[in-house]
Amino acid sequence: MATTAVAAPERENYLNKQYGISSWLLTTDHKRIALLYLVTITLFFFIGGFFALLIRLELLTPEGDLVLADTYNRLFTMHGQVMVFFFLIPAVPAVLGNFLIPIMIGAKDLAFPRINLLSWYLLVIGGVLMVYTILAGGVDTGWTFYTPLSTHFLDSHVITAALAIFVAGFSSILTGLNFIVTIHKMRAPGMTWSRLPLFVWANYATAIIQVLGTPVLAITLMLVALERIFNLGIFNPQLGGDPLLFQHLFWFYSHPAVYIMILPGMGVVSEVVACFSRKRVFGYRAMALAVIAIAVLGFLVWAHHMFVAGMSLYAGLAFSLLSYFVAIPSAVKVFNWTATMYKGSISYTTPMLYAFGFIGLFTMGGLTGLFLACLGIDVHVTDTYFVIAHFHYIMVGGMVMAYLGGMHFWWPKISGRMYPESWGKLAALIIFIGFNLTFFPQFVLGYLGMPRRYWQYSPEFQVLNVLSTAGATILAVGYLLPMAYFLWSMRYGKPAPANPWAAAGLEWTVSSPPTTFNFDETPVVTTEAYNYDELPEVPVER
Amino acid sequence: MMGMWIFLITEIMFFGGMFFGYMIYRYFYYNAWAAGSQHMDFWWGTINTVVLLCSSLSMAMAVRSAQLGQRKSIAVLSLITILFGLAFLGIKAIEYHGHWIAHEFPGSRFQWEGPYSNEVQLFFSFYWAMTGFHALHMVIGVGLVSYIAWHGWKGRYGPHYYNPVENVGLYWHFVDIVWIYLYPLLYLISHQRVLG
Repeated sequence: MATTAVAAPERENYLNKQYGISSWLLTTDHKRIALLYLVTITLFFFIGGFFALLIRLELLTPEGDLVLADTYNRLFTMHGQVMVFFFLIPAVPAVLGNFLIPIMIGAKDLAFPRINLLSWYLLVIGGVLMVYTILAGGVDTGWTFYTPLSTHFLDSHVITAALAIFVAGFSSILTGLNFIVTIHKMRAPGMTWSRLPLFVWANYATAIIQVLGTPVLAITLMLVALERIFNLGIFNPQLGGDPLLFQHLFWFYSHPAVYIMILPGMGVVSEVVACFSRKRVFGYRAMALAVIAIAVLGFLVWAHHMFVAGMSLYAGLAFSLLSYFVAIPSAVKVFNWTATMYKGSISYTTPMLYAFGFIGLFTMGGLTGLFLACLGIDVHVTDTYFVIAHFHYIMVGGMVMAYLGGMHFWWPKISGRMYPESWGKLAALIIFIGFNLTFFPQFVLGYLGMPRRYWQYSPEFQVLNVLSTAGATILAVGYLLPMAYFLWSMRYGKPAPANPWAAAGLEWTVSSPPTTFNFDETPVVTTEAYNYDELPEVPVER
Repeated sequence: MMGMWIFLITEIMFFGGMFFGYMIYRYFYYNAWAAGSQHMDFWWGTINTVVLLCSSLSMAMAVRSAQLGQRKSIAVLSLITILFGLAFLGIKAIEYHGHWIAHEFPGSRFQWEGPYSNEVQLFFSFYWAMTGFHALHMVIGVGLVSYIAWHGWKGRYGPHYYNPVENVGLYWHFVDIVWIYLYPLLYLISHQRVLG
């Protein structure tokens, strides 16, 4: 790559190579597709967040006074469906994974660039269907679509919502397929499996889950739609059907789905922690095996969502035990990140702050998951705010923080600009405070017995609910800040060098932003993944 | 190739959900399942099975022709495959028509003389859903093989490039295997007249 000392014309990169809307909408460049995804999922984050805001406003007072009960049902349903299927599931894989995986393995693009673009279009089409569903009045089944409520007793737009998710599901399947083939077949010479960055391993494990799990959701939603249209009876007890069959089929996907949501975030944390401890990740092999173990074990625990649904006690015992097992690889990862930091040279940059937040909050979320996996406790706290707090600790405290950490870490690479570091730290702090204020009270609320999905509650719960809503507004401010300063930085941010963090990894050897085909010559890899002891100790950009 | 294998694995998971539901209900409602199965047209189903097996043979031969760059063979064998596929779909249409006029379609239309009416309706729900999705995949398959036939005739495939033919072949064999499972599960449950 020619290094010119001239300030004048900007070097050609993937952003300025071609202008015009069709060069974006018809691109096959994985980096451009990643940005298309970024815009799309940010939009859906706003939509899902809007519903969350309304929920929290309603819950300021014990009475149901802001919206009708039926409306409230639609609010929490749409919040869940939009956030899960149109934000969390695509987030890290489709944005950061798409952008980084080819570069990290030394390839020019993914294995199937046009399928990559198709994946994005599928998400958009699913999104349009979902927006239509919302505008037409939404769905009130809960994001879980439980039967026979969803198939026989409601007249809301179940079918269009199911169709929207069905289409978005294929987006997820194709992305997973693309990643698996890419990682298997397109690694540069010398990039052996044991030299892959852990971010790649994490996305690989995620892709396996996407490919194996999502089709089951697809067929389940299809059956729900057919049941509604033709009044079939597969899930209707009055006709000999079994509602629990739906739950088994649904959770067979939806439990692994939560691992689709969290594993890429874990990959981000591995990269960030290594860089800002100036140390290789402790226990690389264990970390790689752990993500695979989580993916595999994650398929074996689905019925822990059904302990009180009418399942046999012995099944409950089995799934409870398996759920304890799946915590083990997650714990291994937390310990290894901690060990990575031990005697490392820590820099408290914005991505690192998010990584710290992830490790702490994911641990809390994970431990409370073990509370829930314990049959005796679950009987008491299931379908209460305890569960809600548990999964929000993992999905928001964990995943969204990892996503933001990754966005900050790789922003210079993606945009060629530095974001303002002080604002970054401020936003991270606000998000951390806002998050805990929002969701910690919910653990207490759930333990005290406040049920989920209720639009009114007993007056003694009000104080904690008010705290939670206050936290939510702080959290909202925290989320708006990065959106603002990332946009600001695209025009006014300091131009970024190729490797502002002095990080290890092939992505930091190419320019910021990269050229369309990433590498001028195929790189040859000779070192392990986190060769920080060989890299110069360069002061981090402040 | 790897991409196609992974895609087929997703298809296994997709059909697998329906197979799982089928197995659960067959366990609970065996008599109804057996009764429903006896109303399947054994001979059409068997003929269809033979038809699909032959189509897989011609498809495999088409792949071989592509590897050898035999333009005409690719086109002819692909066309034979398509003909078998269309024959399958035609026979399926005859069967569907038969079930339809016999009121063996679930929902408000359903009528059944005999016990276990609700459970037999469940059986037919699975029958129509599983064979319906299978038929949909057959239609897509016919489209894909047509594409191969056309480009094979134009001379696109040879020892240097026959990947698409292999991939379509894989897809076609997969759809065939799904039918191999569907046939015994739907048509061959029991021939004992189960009463009461």
